[in-house]
Amino acid sequence: MNMIVRIILYIVLAPIVGGLLEGIDRKISARMQRRVGPPILQPFYDVKKLFKKQVIIVSRSQTFALIPYLFLMILTGSMFFAGMDILMCFFVMSTAATALYFAAMVTSSPYATIGANRELIQMMSYEPAVLLTCVGFYLAEGTFNVSEIAASGRTDLLFMPGFFVAFVFILTIKMRKSPFDTSTSHHAHQELVKGLTTEMGARNLAIFQVTEWYETVFLMGVVGLYLINSNPMSIIGAIICILVVYFLEILIDNSSARMKWEDMLRITWIFTLFTAGVNLLVLMLIRL
Amino acid sequence: MANVKRSPWLLHYDGSSCNGCDIEVLASLTPVYDAERFGVINTGDPMQADIFLITGGVNTQNAKTVKQLYDQMPRPKVVVAVGVCACTGGVFKDCYNILGGADTVIPVDIYVPGCAARPQAIIDGIVQAVELFEKRSKEHDEKVRSQKKGSEVA
Repeated sequence: MNMIVRIILYIVLAPIVGGLLEGIDRKISARMQRRVGPPILQPFYDVKKLFKKQVIIVSRSQTFALIPYLFLMILTGSMFFAGMDILMCFFVMSTAATALYFAAMVTSSPYATIGANRELIQMMSYEPAVLLTCVGFYLAEGTFNVSEIAASGRTDLLFMPGFFVAFVFILTIKMRKSPFDTSTSHHAHQELVKGLTTEMGARNLAIFQVTEWYETVFLMGVVGLYLINSNPMSIIGAIICILVVYFLEILIDNSSARMKWEDMLRITWIFTLFTAGVNLLVLMLIRL
Repeated sequence: MANVKRSPWLLHYDGSSCNGCDIEVLASLTPVYDAERFGVINTGDPMQADIFLITGGVNTQNAKTVKQLYDQMPRPKVVVAVGVCACTGGVFKDCYNILGGADTVIPVDIYVPGCAARPQAIIDGIVQAVELFEKRSKEHDEKVRSQKKGSEVA
C-alpha cells in the first residue's frame, strides 16, 4: 500500500518539483550573469504554451518514440521511489534514453541526426559511472534493493565517496549542462540549431520537457540515496545534499564552454576509473 | 492564470542585412535589457518559435528560405520586421537582387523602423508582437475548439 502511495506521489509531484527546480535553475543562472531572469514558474508557462500550439508533424513515428521515452522514465522513477532494484531502474532509464534517440533519428533531419548520434556518445560516456554506482551500492550494502539501502543503518556516502563524485560528474551530462551539452542544450544559439530536439515542436517538445523533469527528480533521488539511512533526520541531510549538487551543476554550467565529444568521452571515463574504480577496489578490500 | 504571453520564443533570421540590426537584436538579449525576464528565449529553431524576427531585405536567394522558415513555424505566430531594410528594402531597395521588404514574401505584422533599429525600439516591437501573439493564440484556441465541435457533429 505504502508503495502505491509513493508511486502516485512521484507521478504527481515529480513534474511540479522538476519544473520548479528548472525555474530556480534559470533564475540562478540569470543572477550569475547579472540579469534579473525569468520568473520561477517560467518552465510551466513554456510547457503550457507548447501544448496550445499547432502540431506540425514531421514524422508520425516521432511521437510514437517519444511516448515510450516519457513512460519508461516515469517507470524508472516509480520503481526507484517504490524501493525496487536500483540496477533495474538504471536499465529502464537507458531504454528510455534509447527511445529518445529514435525520436530524434526518425525525422532524418541532419541536425537532429547529429544530435542523436551525440546523445549515444553521451550515453556511452556516462553509462560506466552509472553501472559502477549500482555496484558500489551493492558492495556497501549487500543489496541492490533501494528500500533496503535506504533503511540500512549506514550512510553510504562514507563508504562510497568516489562513486558519489563520479555520479555527480556524469550528472552534468545527464542534465544536459555545459561543458557536456553536445546533443542538445538549454541555452540558445548553438551550431546544431537545437540538436536532438530540432524537429520537436509544440506538444512533442512539451512531452520532452516534462520527461526531463521526471528524470531530474529521479537523478536527484539517487543523489539523496547516498545519504539516506534509517535515521529520519537523514532526509534533511539528503535534501541539503541535493540542493548543493544542483547548485554545483548550475555553477559548472555557467562557468564552462562546451567540450568536444572526444574530450568528453576520455575525461569522463578516466575520471570514472580514478574515482569510482579506486573506490570499488577499496570497498572490495574491506569486504575481504 | 498564466497565458501564452508569458513565453514568447523568438526566431531571428538575418536576411540580406548589413549586420547592424542583428547586433542590436542580440544587444536587446544581453544582461543590460535582459529580455529573458519576460520569458523571451532566442531559439534558433522555427519548429519551436512563436515570433519571427527578420532583419534585412529579401533577395532572390533567400526568399525561399524566409518563406520556408515562416511555414515551419506552428500557429499562432507573429512576424516582426526589424530595421528599415526588412520594412521596405531600405537603401538596397533598387538593387538588382533585392525583392524588397520582408512583406514581399511573408505577411509582416509589426514594423520596427530604424537604421539600425535601436534595442529599445526592438523591445517595443517585441512587446507589441507579444500582445498580438496573445490575441492570435486566443483566436487559434477558438478555431481548434470549433473544429473539435464540428468533428463531433459530423
